[in-house]
Amino acid sequence: MPENGIGAPVRRREDKRFLTGKGRYTDDINRPGQLYAYFLRSPVAHAKVTRVETAQAEAAPGVVAVFTGQDMAADNVGSLPCGWTVTDRHGEPHKAPPHYPLVRDKVRYVGDHVAMVVAESYAQARDAADLIEVDYDELPAVVDTKEAMSGTQIHDEAPSNLCFDWELGDKDAVEQAMSQAANVVELDLINNRLIPNAMEPRAAIGDYDSGTDSYTVYSTSQNPHLLRLILCAFVLNLPESRVRVIAPDVGGGFGSKIYAYAEETCCTWAAKKVGRPVKWTAERGEAFVSDAHGRDHVTNVKLAVDQEGKFLALKVDTTANVGAYLSSFSTCVPTYLYATLLAGQYATPAIYANVKAVFTSTAPVDAYRGAGRPEATYLIERVVEVAARQLGMDPAELRRKNFIKPDQFPYQTPVALTYDIGNYEASLDKALEMIDYKGFPARKAEAETRGKLRGIGLSAYIEACGIAPSAVVGALGAGVGLWESAQVRFNATGTVSVMTGAHSHGQGHETSFAQLVSEKLGIPYENVEIVHGDTGAIPMGMGTYGSRSLAVGGSAIVRACDKIVEKGRKIAAHLLEASVDDVEFKDGQFTVVGTDRSKSMGEVAFTAYVPHNYPEGVEPGLDETAFYDPLNFTYPAGVHIAEIEVDPDTGITQIVDWVAVDDFGRVLNPMIVEGQVHGGIAQGVGQALLENCVYDKESGQLVTGSYMDYTMPRADDLPSFRVGMTVTECTHNPLGVKGCGEAGAIAAPPALINAITDAIGEEIDMPATAEKVWRVCQARFAQAAE
Amino acid sequence: MPSLSMTINGKQVTKDVDPNTLLVQFLRENLSLTGTHVGCDTSQCGACVVHVNGKSVKSCTMLAVQAEGSDVTTIEGLAQGDELHPMQAAFREHHGLQCGFCTPGMVMSAVDLLQNNPDPSETEIREWLEGNICRCTGYHNIVKAIQAAASEMRR
Ligand code: FES
Ligand code: FES
Repeated sequence: MPENGIGAPVRRREDKRFLTGKGRYTDDINRPGQLYAYFLRSPVAHAKVTRVETAQAEAAPGVVAVFTGQDMAADNVGSLPCGWTVTDRHGEPHKAPPHYPLVRDKVRYVGDHVAMVVAESYAQARDAADLIEVDYDELPAVVDTKEAMSGTQIHDEAPSNLCFDWELGDKDAVEQAMSQAANVVELDLINNRLIPNAMEPRAAIGDYDSGTDSYTVYSTSQNPHLLRLILCAFVLNLPESRVRVIAPDVGGGFGSKIYAYAEETCCTWAAKKVGRPVKWTAERGEAFVSDAHGRDHVTNVKLAVDQEGKFLALKVDTTANVGAYLSSFSTCVPTYLYATLLAGQYATPAIYANVKAVFTSTAPVDAYRGAGRPEATYLIERVVEVAARQLGMDPAELRRKNFIKPDQFPYQTPVALTYDIGNYEASLDKALEMIDYKGFPARKAEAETRGKLRGIGLSAYIEACGIAPSAVVGALGAGVGLWESAQVRFNATGTVSVMTGAHSHGQGHETSFAQLVSEKLGIPYENVEIVHGDTGAIPMGMGTYGSRSLAVGGSAIVRACDKIVEKGRKIAAHLLEASVDDVEFKDGQFTVVGTDRSKSMGEVAFTAYVPHNYPEGVEPGLDETAFYDPLNFTYPAGVHIAEIEVDPDTGITQIVDWVAVDDFGRVLNPMIVEGQVHGGIAQGVGQALLENCVYDKESGQLVTGSYMDYTMPRADDLPSFRVGMTVTECTHNPLGVKGCGEAGAIAAPPALINAITDAIGEEIDMPATAEKVWRVCQARFAQAAE
Repeated sequence: MPSLSMTINGKQVTKDVDPNTLLVQFLRENLSLTGTHVGCDTSQCGACVVHVNGKSVKSCTMLAVQAEGSDVTTIEGLAQGDELHPMQAAFREHHGLQCGFCTPGMVMSAVDLLQNNPDPSETEIREWLEGNICRCTGYHNIVKAIQAAASEMRR
C-alpha cells in the first residue's frame, strides 16, 4: 500500500484553504454587475392571495424588477417536481399538487414565496419588499401531523390533506402472529420535527450570457447535476447543454441542500429577465422557515414476542408530515427509506407497515441526515428496549437472541431488502466490552449515593446506503437513475485529474478519493487532483446523499481506474515488445510476467500523449469514464451505547459515556470516518435532547425560528465519544465499502432515550429536555411520597 | 459616507462606508476578505469571529465604524506566510473541521481562549465554545485540536 493509500488516516488537503479563509463558498462569489434578490415571504400559514400590488416597490430606489407568480406563469415556468412517485395501497399515484417557485393564488406555509424583488443592493431589495401590498384571505392553519387529515384542505388535489396511504409487508401474517403471541408490546412514538441547519445558509447566483444564450448557476447544492436536470427539464424548460451549475465549497448539507428550491430557480429565471446576474443569500431566519425540514412522524408500533423472547411480528402505523408541498424526494423518505428498514438487525419473520403521508401548512419535509432510517431505527430500538423491560430480560441479550446470524446472509427481510452481509453480535460484544456493561450496576449504585439517576441505553441500528440499483428504485417510483460517474484523466506529465459526480460538502472527498486513485494506479497521492461540483467539468453525476459517495462514486472511480490500467497494459506491452496477456500491473508498474522488464504508469501515460512509438489500433490519450450502478444497497450496522446521569433536581441529562461500534465495511480514511461518526452522533443527540421544530397550532407561525428558540447542540452539551469498529466487507461493490455518513444520527436517538427512560423509569418523548425530564422526576417523587 | 480607517491583518486600510455597515460586511463586501463568515442573524453562531485589538469579537454584532482606529485580525491574517498558526495546524492535524464554514470563527475564538487561559481543561474549552456552533464535527475533534494547540503553544 502506498503511504497515503487505502486505510491511511491522511490529513485532509482541503483543510488548508478552509483554515486560512480561502474557502470559496457561494456567498463569497460575486459576478460583475450583479443584482441582489430578496424574497417577500408569506407572514401567514394558509391564505388565499387576492391581490399583490407591486407598483410602489418597483418605483423604490435601486429596484430593477419585482416579480410575482403571475410573471412566472406568463413565462410558462413550471412546478418544482417531486422526483419519486409513490403508489398507494389502492394502486393510485401519490397526490402531487403544483409547487410553483412563486405562489400563484394561495400561500401554504409561513415563509412561502410571494414575490421577488431585484435591486442594486440587498438592502434596497429588502426595503422595497416592505412596499409590496398583499391581501391575504386567511384560512385555518394545519400544523399537527396527527390531526392533519381532519384539518382544512390545503390543496384542491388532496382531499383530507392525504398525499398517500401506503403499505408494505404481509398484513395478514402480522395480525395472525399478533393474535397468538404470548406478549404484544405497544408504544406510541413521536419522531420530532427537525430543522437541518447546515451552518452555511443556502445561496444562489443566476448568471445569463445573452451572447451564448447560456446560464451559469452558482448554488449551495449537494448535487449540481440533479439541480440542472430539474431546472432545465421540469421548471424552466431550458436545454441542459446551455446550463452550467457550479456548487463550489458548500458548508454542510445533511440533506437540506439536495433539493431544487424556489430561490435558485427564481435567480436563474430572473437573470435573463433583467439581463444581469442575480444573487441571493439566505438569512438564517429564512433558512429556518424555508429549508426542507426533517422527520416529523407519529407512530404506533406493536411487537409480538413469544415466551422465550423471540420476535414474532412487527406492526407499524405511521403518519408522516410532508409539509405544504412535495420537496424533491420527500415521498421516498417515509416509505422506501423507512419501512424497508423495519427488520433492523433482527430476524422478525413478519412485518407490516402502513404509512399515511399528510400535507400541512408547514415548510416542506424531506430527507435529513439518515432520512427514514433514523425514524425506523428509533421505533425498533425503542420497542425492543421496552419489550426487554416488560419481559424482565437483559436488553443486550434480547437483542442478541433475535439478531440475524452471520450464517444467515444473504438475508431476505420481510420488507423487500436483501442484506448482503453483517456480523451484529461482533459489534454488540465489542460495544458491551468497551462500555464495561457488566460494571454498570456498580456505577449506577455509586451515582445514587450522589443523588443522580444513572441509565444505560443500547441501540443496534442498520442502515441502507448507496441508494440503488437504478432498475429497482425505478420500479419503486424513482424518477432518476441512481448510478454515479467518474472520469479519470492522466495528463501527459503523469498527474491525474479525477472528475467525480459525487459532491463534497464536508466529507473530505478531495483527500479520500485521491487516496483511492493513488492506490489503484500506483501513483503518488500528490499527483491526483479531485474535481467535483461543476457540471461544466464533470461528465455526469448524481451527487452526495444517503452515504453513497464512496460506495457508489468511489466504485465508479475504481471502474474508471480499471479501464485506465487495461489500456495502459496495451501500451506497455507494445513498449516492452510483449504480448498483452503477459503484462501485469502492480504498484504503478507494468511488468512482463516473470521478468524484470517493466514500464511505469508515468511512462505509459506520457507515451499515450506522445504516441511516437505506439500500438496499432489504440487511440492516443489516457482518459477514461465509467458509470457505476450498484447491485444492491449497502448495509452498515452497529451498536451504540449511551450512559447518562440525570439530576432529578434540575432534569439535566449529562452524557457520561458514549460508545459507538460500527461496521462500515472497508475503511478508506479512518480519521474522516470517525469524524463522520462524531458529527452524526451530535445530530442524533440534538434530536433526542435539544432540538424541536415547533409551529403554533393556531396561527401556524414557526415558533422555533432562530438560534434563540431552536436549540442547536453546543460543545458543552456533548461529551467526547469512544469509537470502535468491526468489519464485514460489502460483497457487491469493488471496494467492500458501505458508507458512514448517517450512522451516528440513526443510532444515537434511541440509545439516548433508552438510557434516559432507564434512568427515570418513565417513557418520555424526544426531545428529552431538562424541563420534561424534571417534570417526570417530580411526578415520581410526588407519587413516592403519597 | 464617513471615511473609516483601521489596521487589518497588519495593513492600514481607509475606506468610505455607509455608517450602518456591519464590521463583517465591511470585511466581506468592501475588502473581499471572505474568510469571515455569516451563519446567523441573531449573534449566536460565531462563524463571524475576528479579533479586534486582540480580543475575539462577533463581527456581525459590531458596526464597522465602531472599529475605527482598531487593530483587526481576521482568519486571513493568522498564518505567517505559508506557516500555519499552531491553532490552524492543530485543527488540520486533529480533523477539527469538515465543511469548514464554522472553522474561521472557531479558530479565532480558540486562539483568544488560549490568550486568556493557556492550559484549559476539556470543560473549560467546551464552555468557552458556547458561542460557536458547528453542525459537522460534534465538537470532539475541535476540543482535541484546541488541547493539542494549547500544549504546543506552551512549549
Ligand atoms: S454571524 Fe452568527 S454570530 Fe455572527
Ligand atoms: S465544520 Fe461544518 S459547521 Fe463546523
